[in-house]
Amino acid sequence: MEYVIEMIDITKQFPGVLANDHVSLQVKKGEIHALLGENGAGKSTLMSILFGLYTPDKGTIKIKGESHNIHNPNDANALGIGMVHQHFKLVETFTVLENIVLGVEDVDKGMLKLSNARKRIVELSEQYNLRVDPDAYIYDISVGQQQRVEILKMLYRNNDILIFDEPTAVLTPQEIDELMKIMKRLISEGKSIVFITHKLNEIKAVADRVTVLRRGQYIGTENVADVSKEEMSEMMVGRKVDFTIEKEPSKPSDVILSVRNLTVASKHGSKPAVNNISFDVKAGEILCLAGIEGNGQSELIYAISGMIPIESGSIVLNGEEMANKNVFARYQSNLAHIPEDRHKHGLVLDFDLSENLVLQTYHKKDFQKNGFIKFKNRLNHANRLIEQYDIRAGRNAKTNTRSMSGGNQQKAIVARELDRDPDIVLAVTPTRGLDVGAIEYIHKQLIAQRDLNKAVLLISLELNEVLEVSDRILVIYEGELVGEVDPAQVTQQELGLYMSGSKREEVTIDA
Amino acid sequence: MHKLLQSDGFKSIASSLIAILAGLIIGYIILYVTNPYDAYYGFMTVIRGGFNSIPRGIGSVLYTATPIILTGLSVGFAFKTGLFNIGASGQFIVGGFVAIYIGVHWTFLPTSILWIVALIGSFIAGSLWAAIIGLLKAFRNVNEVITSIMLNYIGVFMVNFFVVRTTYDSLRNQSITPSLATVPKWGFDTLLPNSGANGGILIAIVVAIIVYIIIDRTTFGFELKAVGFNRDAAKYAGINEKRNIVLSMMIAGALAGLAGGLVYLSGTGVHIEVLDRIPMEGFNGIPVALLANSHPLAIVFSGLFIAHLNIGGFYMQRFDFVPEVIDMMVAIIIYFSAFALAFKGVFEKIARKMKGDKA
Repeated sequence: MEYVIEMIDITKQFPGVLANDHVSLQVKKGEIHALLGENGAGKSTLMSILFGLYTPDKGTIKIKGESHNIHNPNDANALGIGMVHQHFKLVETFTVLENIVLGVEDVDKGMLKLSNARKRIVELSEQYNLRVDPDAYIYDISVGQQQRVEILKMLYRNNDILIFDEPTAVLTPQEIDELMKIMKRLISEGKSIVFITHKLNEIKAVADRVTVLRRGQYIGTENVADVSKEEMSEMMVGRKVDFTIEKEPSKPSDVILSVRNLTVASKHGSKPAVNNISFDVKAGEILCLAGIEGNGQSELIYAISGMIPIESGSIVLNGEEMANKNVFARYQSNLAHIPEDRHKHGLVLDFDLSENLVLQTYHKKDFQKNGFIKFKNRLNHANRLIEQYDIRAGRNAKTNTRSMSGGNQQKAIVARELDRDPDIVLAVTPTRGLDVGAIEYIHKQLIAQRDLNKAVLLISLELNEVLEVSDRILVIYEGELVGEVDPAQVTQQELGLYMSGSKREEVTIDA
Repeated sequence: MHKLLQSDGFKSIASSLIAILAGLIIGYIILYVTNPYDAYYGFMTVIRGGFNSIPRGIGSVLYTATPIILTGLSVGFAFKTGLFNIGASGQFIVGGFVAIYIGVHWTFLPTSILWIVALIGSFIAGSLWAAIIGLLKAFRNVNEVITSIMLNYIGVFMVNFFVVRTTYDSLRNQSITPSLATVPKWGFDTLLPNSGANGGILIAIVVAIIVYIIIDRTTFGFELKAVGFNRDAAKYAGINEKRNIVLSMMIAGALAGLAGGLVYLSGTGVHIEVLDRIPMEGFNGIPVALLANSHPLAIVFSGLFIAHLNIGGFYMQRFDFVPEVIDMMVAIIIYFSAFALAFKGVFEKIARKMKGDKA
């Protein structure tokens, strides 16, 4: 059997971490090979070694049967290896065409010549069904299209070994389906793909074989057809993971948050981002607002938490009108908010963990006296949360949050928000980009809040999460509520129809 | 060894020292190129700085250091809160003028408190002047670098206008000396005679300690830093980020204004000259803050150090160097000092490598 990539016994040591400990990976020609592991399992390190960003301490790399030393991405490129990074490497102010040729431009007497490149790109995008306008600017196109540009970049360079680093983390369900089709198309044209992910459904959907890493160690390689999702997750996490979420039926009681006729202006365009929305969230229920990204969910949450002004309507929290109150006042009324963007809003990355854990409560009596910080209390508070919520951080309370893994950053935010003993939790895509262990954990925490008779408003883009965690679902489409459904009865397909705007009904509030 | 190399304090101090050393070497080369015979002596004179003439030189160092410590604190404080205050010069001159005005015209106050009132005036004037920058930044998102540079010019010309109108010595084309309002000597005149050193340096040091406490120990400092590091997260956390931006600029301005007050009330015959020139004390605050990595207590030392070099440059005039070369030499050392951060990165790399070798 011919292998296009053979990485044998790769070992890479970073200060304090053995990122890869005798890891092997063999990829056959023409297959989609999934590389599965939790955050920090060593997937990215292994691929960075293959792509020439790191040099391994030990081990050999063979490409198409020949042994090579790959010192930098140019070496990798010469061997036909291309990579789509999780965070795209595109110049926002350049066009699609300019981005694709960047670094391998045709030059005619010192002048840039784009005509041949344009022809080739149009051909490639037809051949692989990668529709994208070559003259569009990157900042104008969607994330899904940007990813296509990255794929075209690799194809334009004649790469035949394609590495996709968690390509679905930034995509909507529809875009993910589209990407899966593109990937299948690529292998049918003779390319080989390494697909880094921690989403088991996607592996089941497209991959031929899967290699599992755990904490830097090689666990095994299996044919995807021969292993169940449960077996894969056990290999990845090292223990059994519950996929079915155990929960009692909800017992909704008092209304905690009541939104009426809320309209929020949009940043772009004249159509409001949130248009005349009304709903209630009750204590003891998880209300999920389902929808495709960019349909007004973010603006709705920012309006409820007070971060942006509203046009009209009312927001009543615990019986008190909040529409004109500031963020601070809303926290005082026992609102907690797990924000959508943990780096932009959730954390001050230059602060250490203990400082981030008091981001909204630093002014409380426990943490200050006459304006002077009580350092000891702050430290104790951090240590308690680290213990209670199992936050892993290298230097404990003193860890700079920038250096923590995404999962632990999110755990820190969840710990901070839930520890404030809120009456209502706004949880916005709380599991985005996390691995199964962390997702399971956060789902359990949200359900525990509900069982403590708190209200939870969950915003989610993942259908599985919507269906499994919530007690009641409202669907938002283009800033309007288009349906209310019972998660126990609705199917994924039906929910998808609501989310794409193909189906809608009047949403009424029962008083 | 690598444990020592890894500690943050060591890295900061060592990188500053290396930056200074590199600056000294390049400075020496320049001296050598312009005048090989006197290069060594000239160089040693700069190094000796204030110690060329004891005690007078030492007093001069303290006197020169006072305003640049305060403008350094002004720039450093703004840095800590995510703002680049390049307008310390404008705040300095506005503060200085108000101090002179009060010193000259409010003589109905007893002399024992006139200087205090005048200093408070300079403090308030600087903060109000800088508030313009903060308000524009907070509510209109106007880049503070642009507004603060422009306010330097507006400040200088406005002060010229008011000096001519209110406190003008037309014979000399400069401001009247507020002889009744001078910062007390507090013994510095007997300890370091003929030097101009006065209680201002003590005021600057006390202010540095207060700034340190505000930034590091108080919830107010916590808020300011949160806004500085991540304005969006501060907003999310319920911190009034607009108010904090304005307050941060006002405090920075107050510090620079106080620097102006201390200079023009020093009783050494310094005047505001009616010229179209921006006072250098404000800009010198930038390297002072950079060299100290914006740490308020370290700013005291970097201010003293840069004053030391400047005085050294003054004594270098006894050798055959054109004054421009002296300024250049001092500037190069300061310039390299600003690379302290870059050297810190180098240190981190070395520390990592040493650790890697051992593992």
